[in-house]
Amino acid sequence: MHLQIATRQVADATIATPAGRIDHRSAAEFEAALTPLVEAAVAARGALVLDFSGIEYISSVGLRVLMIAAKKMREREAPLLVTALRSVVAEIFAISRFDRILTVTATLDEAMALCSAAALAQYRSAGSSAAP
Amino acid sequence: MKGVRFWGTRGSLPVALTARDVREKLLGALRAARGRPLTSESDLESVLASLPFAAAATYGGHSSCVQIDTGGPEFFICDMGSGLRPFGQAATAQRDGIGQTFHIFMSHLHWDHIMGLPFFVPAFIPGNRVVIYGSHQELEAALRRQQDKPSFPVDFSIFGAKLEFVHLKPGRTREIAGVAVTSMLQRHAGDSYGYRFESQGKVVIYSTDSEHPLAQAEHAERFVRFFQDADLVIFDAMYSLADAISVKADWGHSSNIVGVELCQMARARHLCLFHHEPVFDDDAIDAVLAETRRLEEITRGETPLHVSAAYDGMEIAL
Repeated sequence: MHLQIATRQVADATIATPAGRIDHRSAAEFEAALTPLVEAAVAARGALVLDFSGIEYISSVGLRVLMIAAKKMREREAPLLVTALRSVVAEIFAISRFDRILTVTATLDEAMALCSAAALAQYRSAGSSAAP
Repeated sequence: MKGVRFWGTRGSLPVALTARDVREKLLGALRAARGRPLTSESDLESVLASLPFAAAATYGGHSSCVQIDTGGPEFFICDMGSGLRPFGQAATAQRDGIGQTFHIFMSHLHWDHIMGLPFFVPAFIPGNRVVIYGSHQELEAALRRQQDKPSFPVDFSIFGAKLEFVHLKPGRTREIAGVAVTSMLQRHAGDSYGYRFESQGKVVIYSTDSEHPLAQAEHAERFVRFFQDADLVIFDAMYSLADAISVKADWGHSSNIVGVELCQMARARHLCLFHHEPVFDDDAIDAVLAETRRLEEITRGETPLHVSAAYDGMEIAL
């Protein structure tokens, strides 16, 4: 197992926190884990926030998975946000120009603010430093 | 093989610097020279050396044409973009009265890869031999058609050289003038073919106009095998990854990111970014090169990968 994803619900937003490397070996696993989260968020018309603070690396194949997820969410007008990138992953997003086609925020707090007032309020009331 | 020389590096359409572009470069050079000694030639060279490539030079605008110096007397060329014209003039200048032989390997038959042939001086010279290799059934017909009326004033009958067409079967290695040549099918509208050249322990890959479907693991594995242990991989890096898999998906091109990944997996030594986007100016290509080098640095495994960006006139020693 190269990749793990923890999830939690905060009001109408789902926060997914994958950890590890999303590379050619684990991208299919990432896609399999992400797809039901996307479908659930779309069905609920809620936001999906990917907290990337635990992601050490993402390859082109992993970025493609994000692209597909973002496209599905966009078609149903549900927001997908990626947040808290480590410096290496942030550089990969910039070099690939994924920072221009996905909504990327520096912190989870900023991401929740873009989801909804209810999500932000619940997130803050629970304590922003709470572990997932 | 001794080295590679690039005669055309631009994708899709030749481009040229404008008067304003040249003026901007001159102004930049003059600003950089402020307050510095400018007496000797070495002073001037020193100022130029302090400038970024994009400020002191240009990547150039000819479409695809790459020469491989095999070390032998016969010429090896990949594609007949507009860069074939200056190559032909340079080759003719070396002519010493005896016929010259040109082996030309075609990635595919889109216009930016064939437009140089009508202006290829060696094809007009009796005694020369021009052998054109490819894997498209329409190879000869497509080249003849581009010179048919009303597209061009003279057809193939004007050529004095002996023109030959050789069909290559993808995946089968063929010995040509001491070089083992293998072609491989690539994903591009109407198909394209990459080439692996091997000689004297050196390997050069020419892989342009090639899209890489990221969902297909076997596709990547096929390219990793083709690129394996190459000394130089000339790679279509026309788009950013985001563009290549979204708004420009199925346009038949690739990105710097996929180039780095495939070369790292194949343990290649040198990735040369090629087939530059025609809307990119020199600063933009400089930026892509810097970013690609940074990507290689932060993803480096045991073996470092040298990264360069091809420009018209660039030479790489093997």
